[in-house]
Amino acid sequence: MDRQLTAWALAAAQALLFIAAAPLLAGWLQRVKCHMQNRAAPAVWQPYRDLLKLTRKKLLLADNASWLFRAVPYVVFGATLLAAAVVPLIAVRLPTAAIADVIVLVGFFALARFFTALAGLDIGTAFGGMGASREMMVAALAEPAMLMAVFTLSMTAHTTNLSVATEYILNAGLVLRPSFLFALLALAMVAVAESSRVPVDNPATHLELTMLHEAMILEYGGRHLALIEWATQIKLMIYSVLIVDFFFPWGIATEFTAMALAGGIVAVAAKLMGLAVLLVVWETVMAKMRLFRVPQFLGFALMLGLLAMLTHVVLET
Amino acid sequence: MSAMTRAPLYLAYVALACTLLSGAVSVLAVRRHPDFLHFGSFFFLFLSGAASIGAGVWALLAGLTVSDRFELGLPWLDWHLRIDPLSGFFLLLLGTLALAISLYGPSYTRQFARGPAAQPLPPLGIFTALFVLGMQMLLLANDALVFMIFWEMMSLAGYFLVVYQHQHTANRQAAFLYLLLAHVGALVILLAFGVLAAFGGGLTFDQMRVAHLSPLWATLAFAFAFIGFGTKAGMVPLHVWLPEAHPVAPSHISALMSGAMIKMGIYGIVRLSYDLIGNVRWEWGMAVLIIGTASSVLGVLYALMQHDMKRLLAYHSIENIGIILMGLGLSMIFLGNGHIMLGTLGLVAALYHTLNHALFKGLLFLGAGAVDYRTHAHDLDQMGGLIHRMPITALFFLVGCVAISALPPFNGFVSEWLTFQTALQAPALHDGVLRTIIPIAAALLALTGALAAACFVKAFGIAFLGKPRSRSVGRAREVPAGMLAGMGLLGTLCLLLGVFPTTMIKLMAPITQLLVRDELPSAAAQGWLWLTPISSDVASYSAPCVLIAIVVVFALGYFFLKRGTAAPRRAYAWDCGFGHLTQRMQYTSTAFSQPIRRVFAGIWKVDEHIETLASKGTIPHVTSLHYSLYTQDWSWLKCYLPIGRLVLAAANRIGFIQTGNIHTYLKFSFVTLIVFLWIVS
Repeated sequence: MDRQLTAWALAAAQALLFIAAAPLLAGWLQRVKCHMQNRAAPAVWQPYRDLLKLTRKKLLLADNASWLFRAVPYVVFGATLLAAAVVPLIAVRLPTAAIADVIVLVGFFALARFFTALAGLDIGTAFGGMGASREMMVAALAEPAMLMAVFTLSMTAHTTNLSVATEYILNAGLVLRPSFLFALLALAMVAVAESSRVPVDNPATHLELTMLHEAMILEYGGRHLALIEWATQIKLMIYSVLIVDFFFPWGIATEFTAMALAGGIVAVAAKLMGLAVLLVVWETVMAKMRLFRVPQFLGFALMLGLLAMLTHVVLET
Repeated sequence: MSAMTRAPLYLAYVALACTLLSGAVSVLAVRRHPDFLHFGSFFFLFLSGAASIGAGVWALLAGLTVSDRFELGLPWLDWHLRIDPLSGFFLLLLGTLALAISLYGPSYTRQFARGPAAQPLPPLGIFTALFVLGMQMLLLANDALVFMIFWEMMSLAGYFLVVYQHQHTANRQAAFLYLLLAHVGALVILLAFGVLAAFGGGLTFDQMRVAHLSPLWATLAFAFAFIGFGTKAGMVPLHVWLPEAHPVAPSHISALMSGAMIKMGIYGIVRLSYDLIGNVRWEWGMAVLIIGTASSVLGVLYALMQHDMKRLLAYHSIENIGIILMGLGLSMIFLGNGHIMLGTLGLVAALYHTLNHALFKGLLFLGAGAVDYRTHAHDLDQMGGLIHRMPITALFFLVGCVAISALPPFNGFVSEWLTFQTALQAPALHDGVLRTIIPIAAALLALTGALAAACFVKAFGIAFLGKPRSRSVGRAREVPAGMLAGMGLLGTLCLLLGVFPTTMIKLMAPITQLLVRDELPSAAAQGWLWLTPISSDVASYSAPCVLIAIVVVFALGYFFLKRGTAAPRRAYAWDCGFGHLTQRMQYTSTAFSQPIRRVFAGIWKVDEHIETLASKGTIPHVTSLHYSLYTQDWSWLKCYLPIGRLVLAAANRIGFIQTGNIHTYLKFSFVTLIVFLWIVS
């Protein structure tokens, strides 16, 4: 019983660490990006300052906003928080991983997206509708690609539980599986699309006809915007941690000792920083795509996911 | 047998009696006593629904199978009735919907008695009762005769309900199409029973159960059953009647049709293939899986193009039937390959989705009816902003939208999750083709789910959010309490079945015991909090935790962010500095689905026309612009219309024998008689 209590406490601590570290990852990303593009960089703490500033602001609502508009930020944050709680960050075998497996994780993202899109339509402006319509189109193509990639992994590991799957890959050692290579590429492409990064979306612009995610949340301000921004940062971190867990899990703690946990924190921090640098290079060399190029991009991701699945079925069983 | 063990059947008889009374009250009530009709008819329907639920739950909880025999009709053809866990489950589904519409109906049907297009109410009550009676009896039937009689009663009563508002041409055409395909389906079902009766040596289901069929005959019987019942269920490509017939019926009837009637097709497929034919083969599963996948993907893509609310919902019924069939197909594939436990899982997923779909589709149709009741709008592009005018209806409709889009923690998610879990066990199979096809089907299921979410963002967002697009919508007000109660009942059940899946799966154990002699012992092995269909290491889901977490986030948000802050200030939405925004600047439903229409072009036959009228002058500018868009179903154009033309041509050819001369006709009869006598002798 005592052991279970420790595990639950650790799981709660990991979830809190997850959401607390997410703005830091965003800050680091921003800083590296500025350096890469020869711009003056803000401090890595800047996202925290922005969030704090937003929560202190007085709330301003559009005149047509309904109760749904005010509830959406909490639903979005709650769904994202749940998603963060089930992804192993520094240790496996934590009990929260049993709340939801990887399919439910995709379901949480879908829940958050569903309500964000509704909020976009609630005000009755063209921007909101445009964002909602486009976001749902992108999601419709990204979700199957994502599930194909994770199905490959879960078929290899014989589980959809994230913690068990990570441990399986950890114990399997360094085996080069062709299916994993395809799945990694597919998942990375989906991650770029789903966390609204270049070339699918541009998080840096506000008034551009190509925008997706930002168009939906245009009317939000104050604490609502803070919650949504924070949730977006957490979502980016979840996708990064998923890639790290599935393809490079080494270093993650398998036992609950102080040494192992500290090692897990250092390992995951180093890996995420590296991944962020890769993302920055990608965003710097790529240009934003036209909207109707995005289906080709995601169709390619889906093909890679299918290929991963087929290679797994044909070669590896 | 003691009275206690026979109680489910007696309760079912009570339900039947109440349904009959509900119809009888409608007959007796004349125009002078409309209130008597509203309350009497729906009151007995309420009792009938409650008794159905009681009978169903009792049969499920006790795992009882009780049969009975009546000497009715022809002297050598007794009527055999039986209630078992499978029919109990479907009685529960039907009863719940009947309960909801009996709460909803009294207020809703008032609109038909007033206004210039007033309709007599008694036929509505009579045929509703006959419709429900047909479904209740066919669930209780234990021989092919009773089954077919009441199957036809359901179909025919359905026809009169679809054509209830017969002053519109579209309704009459839809009803005819429905009747035509219902009878084609019934004929094919008759063939399936014919094969079974020939081998079993009788019409009773008990004789059919013990019959030994060679694999070829069994497959033939299954094919007939699948096509016949699939027509009623609305699987692609036999679905064309469904999106025509469901939208034109009164909304509470649409709820009953989409929620319960098409499920009778699923009941038929399960009853015949698992119970009567038995020894399920994996080849059947392949056919069911492929048809199911096609139905789900095409159903949702067609739904996305609709802008009539009820038509959109009707296309989603095709999608959900596809998802149910996918679960059944997976179950058959695993059972045929000897994986009993996985076959059970697939069956549970399919039946769970059957119940879920009945609940949320019923709810959505009732919601569409509520909007229609207050605004008389069918077209999404006329609606908007209803969340301000009808907040409670909006809440319930939102629950239905979230549930049908398979989002946690509502019920649609649980059954799709179980289907995914079944599909992910494909590596257990030895056949390489099956191992490849099943994951692809799973990917298409994921596509379906994502597209369904897009479609319901559109349906809810365009209808209930934003600003009103027409005056009648802007003046709408909340519907009466009875209608809200009907929707509230279904909405609450959607949440409960989503949050407590383990309880429901335990309740369903006798069904799988009956059909495949297995159950899912591991599903609730970790307690009611954790759903672990295979084992806790393979997959787990805790819906109560999800719900609690979201509630906690709301509470924390209230305490840390909202408490003590000033009331929010209202301001104009951002208009890019160009001046006032009007409701015409909002996205319409057609605009919303434009990106998807472009990505999946080729799935529909799209006719898009833009007519511009330019003014003459030195600087020409466009004075008027007319945009029109028609999307059509390829299966209608490429399959049904050619068949229709063929039938018409054939009819013209043999038309020459129709001379109008009585002597010629008598000659034909005489020749036919001679030929028959010759064949017989």
